[in-house]
Amino acid sequence: MTETRGASVRYENVQKSYDGETLVVKNLNLDIPPGEFLTMLGPSGSGKTTCLMMLAGFEPATHGEIFLNDSPINNVPPHKRGIGMVFQNYALFPHMSVAENLAFPLQVRGMNRADQEKKVQRALEMVELGHFGSRRPAQLSGGQQQRVAVARALVFEPELVLMDEPLGALDKQLREQMQYEIKHIHENIGVSIVYVTHDQTEALTMSDRVAVFNDGIIQQLSSPDALYENPQNSFVAQFIGENNKLSGTVTEVAGDTCAVKLDDGTMLKADAVNIDGVGSRTTISLRPERVEFDTHEQMDNLVKGRIEEMIYLGDHIRVRMNVAGNTEFIVKVRNRGEKRDLRTGQTVEIGWAAGDCKALDAVA
Amino acid sequence: MMTSDTTANTDAGNGNGTHTEVLTTRDGIPLKVSLAKALRREKLRSLALIAPLLVFILITFAAPIADMLFRSVENGIVSDTLPKTVQALSSWEADSPQTPGEPVFKALYEDLLVATEQKTHTRLGSRLNYEASGMSSLFRKTGRRVDRMDEAGPFKEQFIDVDDGWDELETWQVLKRYSPTITSGYFLNAADMELTADGVSMKPENERIYLYLFWRTLLLSLTITFSCLLLGYPVAFLLAALPARSANLLMILVLLPFWTSLLVRTSAWKVLLQQQGVINDFLVAIGIVGDANRLVMINNQTGTVIAMTHILLPFMILPLYSVMKTVSPTYVRAAKSLGATDWTAFWRVYFPQTVPGIGAGSILVFILAIGYYITPELVGGTSGIFISNRIAYHISSSLNWGLAAALGVILLGAVMLLFYVYDKIVGIDNVKLG
Repeated sequence: MTETRGASVRYENVQKSYDGETLVVKNLNLDIPPGEFLTMLGPSGSGKTTCLMMLAGFEPATHGEIFLNDSPINNVPPHKRGIGMVFQNYALFPHMSVAENLAFPLQVRGMNRADQEKKVQRALEMVELGHFGSRRPAQLSGGQQQRVAVARALVFEPELVLMDEPLGALDKQLREQMQYEIKHIHENIGVSIVYVTHDQTEALTMSDRVAVFNDGIIQQLSSPDALYENPQNSFVAQFIGENNKLSGTVTEVAGDTCAVKLDDGTMLKADAVNIDGVGSRTTISLRPERVEFDTHEQMDNLVKGRIEEMIYLGDHIRVRMNVAGNTEFIVKVRNRGEKRDLRTGQTVEIGWAAGDCKALDAVA
Repeated sequence: MMTSDTTANTDAGNGNGTHTEVLTTRDGIPLKVSLAKALRREKLRSLALIAPLLVFILITFAAPIADMLFRSVENGIVSDTLPKTVQALSSWEADSPQTPGEPVFKALYEDLLVATEQKTHTRLGSRLNYEASGMSSLFRKTGRRVDRMDEAGPFKEQFIDVDDGWDELETWQVLKRYSPTITSGYFLNAADMELTADGVSMKPENERIYLYLFWRTLLLSLTITFSCLLLGYPVAFLLAALPARSANLLMILVLLPFWTSLLVRTSAWKVLLQQQGVINDFLVAIGIVGDANRLVMINNQTGTVIAMTHILLPFMILPLYSVMKTVSPTYVRAAKSLGATDWTAFWRVYFPQTVPGIGAGSILVFILAIGYYITPELVGGTSGIFISNRIAYHISSSLNWGLAAALGVILLGAVMLLFYVYDKIVGIDNVKLG
């Protein structure tokens, strides 16, 4: 495969409604630079697939404009957009062999036979299926079908490839392996990829940037680490990774930090990320692995909690605690080999740094 | 005990390369025997469950059909009615230049005395009349006067005196030819051929009807199948593509004809298609067709094709729909995303996946059409009737059941042959009914 540069994509004020009563996509603005791997992540019904389908040309935008390489494509039919696409269930044509499937996009472009064969073979080798050209899709395993689907979307050298939950049908191990393969293909050939998934691990593993969708709106658009470390609102904090929620009221704001009084009276210090000022309700977000049992005086936040349940998971121990009225408060303790005297029913002190907990918008 | 009673008797096979390992249960009975025993009760029960239907079908369906089919070759009537004559005729050669001698006529006299008493001679006459005209009247005439013949003989003169037919070689050749109990006569007749003294030959051109009728049946059935496909495919496509709510409504419209009597639907076409009918009136009213030359759309092949296409359409739509329902719309989307135009996506990706439905629908419609009777009878006139109408005619009017059976066998054979050819070309596993 030759070194191609990816295409840029721009959504401008795009809205989409199916029934004329509700908006599935509410005023989407998104800029995807050439060569980026962007993932649209969100629960089902959040509008992410609709956004992808509008880009592919299978759904018209109700309002707004989509640009591909700076030219508007709202009125370009799907087959003229030159966008490769990998579908959820692969959509390999069952009545054609693997090689015929791959040759299909080349045939409809009127490429001559010799070139077709060369490209098909190269694409098959790229996904390590060099000898499978004569097989029917039904004779391949799920992972192999997945690779064929990827090869077919790339064989005609599009500048942009869309993937609609392509790994959803695979088992866990294969899914992880395919994540790396897709990531490497992206790195090697440099196309832009827009990837839709509801699986946050997938999104964090592969993407340059992740757009978290909910309710037809992009909640946050950032790199995977920023998404996890610095969630901008409660939805993102809750959706990405594991998260402890503590509700309270802001009592003091000082620059980037604030003091929060929890509903049971406990005072906490937190990063002020998304609050309305003193007196407003807030939800504190705290990752389970940032909480320490080895407390010391200098810690910003020290709280007492009762151990409700302990689950041994090999590399770590999950401790479910009752902290400030929240019985679903999870602490992950790394398994370092030392014996730790933790028992169910014990009340112990835990602590964490102010920078590890974020004061975000309040949720019910 | 939790462990199974069956264990592999592995010890027997160990250390002995030539010994094949037989799996046995704990008490040494081979596993296969044991398994068969365990499943026997289940098999007997399923057999008992289907037994009533099986018996019913054998008695009311399979047996009568076998009996009817056997009639296409059965020909006991000559030897039953004239047993002595048939025996006497065995010494007479069919290609001899002279009519048989006195002994045969004597035997004929004795046979006919019995036959007239039992009134079976007229039946024989009508039967032989299928093969050579004049035989019926010959037997009637002779039957009336046989009891007045002189018992002392000579019989040959007396018979010839009653009817000259007895002096004709052809009469005796026909009798001789049809004296065996098995005959190919009906089949030859059904294929527009005849058995003459010189062997099998085609009938004179102006007497051939059945081959042409078979050909027409085949051609019209193919036309009907094709028009069903042409009209049904888009409807099935729409059914499969529409959201469930509207699809259900459309489905009811497709099924509506099923719930209406066949006769009512066919008669409705008479009203629509006749020369003073709705369609002609409309065409004349808007000036497309002149009043003098109204279209002839009924009582001919056009009528048959139109009415039968309408009646058989659901049989095409339903299998097509059930197959199209399983073809995911993502295939077409995938094809388009790969650069195919709407037409290419349809023709190269969607259409090939609906071929099983086309196969199923076409077989269904074609087989129903090729044996159809009522509609061609009502709207076909003379040029639009099928072979089945001819079969029905021989069953109920001319009472030539043997010929009807022979035509039926040929029709059945033709359908099976087509089925076989279809299997070879398309493959029967490629047919999906749902």
